[in-house]
Amino acid sequence: MNFPVTVTVTLREGIADPEGATIERALPALGFSGVTHVRAGKSFHMMIDAVDEAAALERATALAERLLSNPVIENATARVGDSSWGVA
Amino acid sequence: MTKIGVVVFPGSNCEYDALLAMTTLGAEADFIWHSDDKIVGYDGIILPGGFAHGDYLRPGALARFSPVMDAIADFAKSGGPVLGICNGFQVLTEAGLLPGALQKNRGLTFLSHPTTLIVASTKSVLTRAATKGQELVIPINHFSGAYTCDDPTYDALVANDQIVLRYKENPNGSRDDIAGVSNVEGNVVGVMPHPERAMSTLLGSADGRILLEGFLHAPVSAS
Repeated sequence: MNFPVTVTVTLREGIADPEGATIERALPALGFSGVTHVRAGKSFHMMIDAVDEAAALERATALAERLLSNPVIENATARVGDSSWGVA
Repeated sequence: MTKIGVVVFPGSNCEYDALLAMTTLGAEADFIWHSDDKIVGYDGIILPGGFAHGDYLRPGALARFSPVMDAIADFAKSGGPVLGICNGFQVLTEAGLLPGALQKNRGLTFLSHPTTLIVASTKSVLTRAATKGQELVIPINHFSGAYTCDDPTYDALVANDQIVLRYKENPNGSRDDIAGVSNVEGNVVGVMPHPERAMSTLLGSADGRILLEGFLHAPVSAS
């Protein structure tokens, strides 16, 4: 069975985030006030062929830790379920 | 004669500079394609700058899985001198051959200009011919050069004298002004600045020579 999986990669706590900081600094100039703690990350979508949801999640977590994230600076979380990415 | 292998990934772009620097200093040098799974007959390995595998995902993230990387890990483990320059440094951290990681520069700016470096340790194969505290003018050329690591890793770097070079003025937000680090043994070194582009005073600086000469004369373990 094919399961839709979303992997989200975020910077670990305490790791500087120059993208998030730059976005946060730009927001007031555009009229968006009161926005703080902006953190930038990455999101990946894929279909995983597995016997059940738990097996799909296990494979997604493994590939997220091995390739999609650098554990030195990033955390990765995998989630099985409908995605808003609109897979064809 | 000393023979140096310069690893070429799809997207490397400083391999000819590295090769020329080696031959200029009297070494023999040739290219090693990233899909080779053996490295035989080399006294040292250089991973040059560029954008290996397009830097997709993260710089070095895909290059780390190139077949040649297992051979390089074995070469490093046996004491062979390995130098990663710029993108090569990023590849070595992703491969786990050096601690820490390189993040996007503070301010999200691509930086390309000469920097003044201070030799922080002479324990490594790159800095063994230099003097501690010596200032060297060497150019940087990177977008992801901010050295990052957690506190235990940083403490270990300091305790084991693994911080090889520091920027005199921090250009990119690197932790503790770090421009280059080595492994504990000192035979694997990664630096963001480009010593191979500082080979001639006519072209701005010849300060890269003392580093690369040291690298060329690094002893190779008998194993």
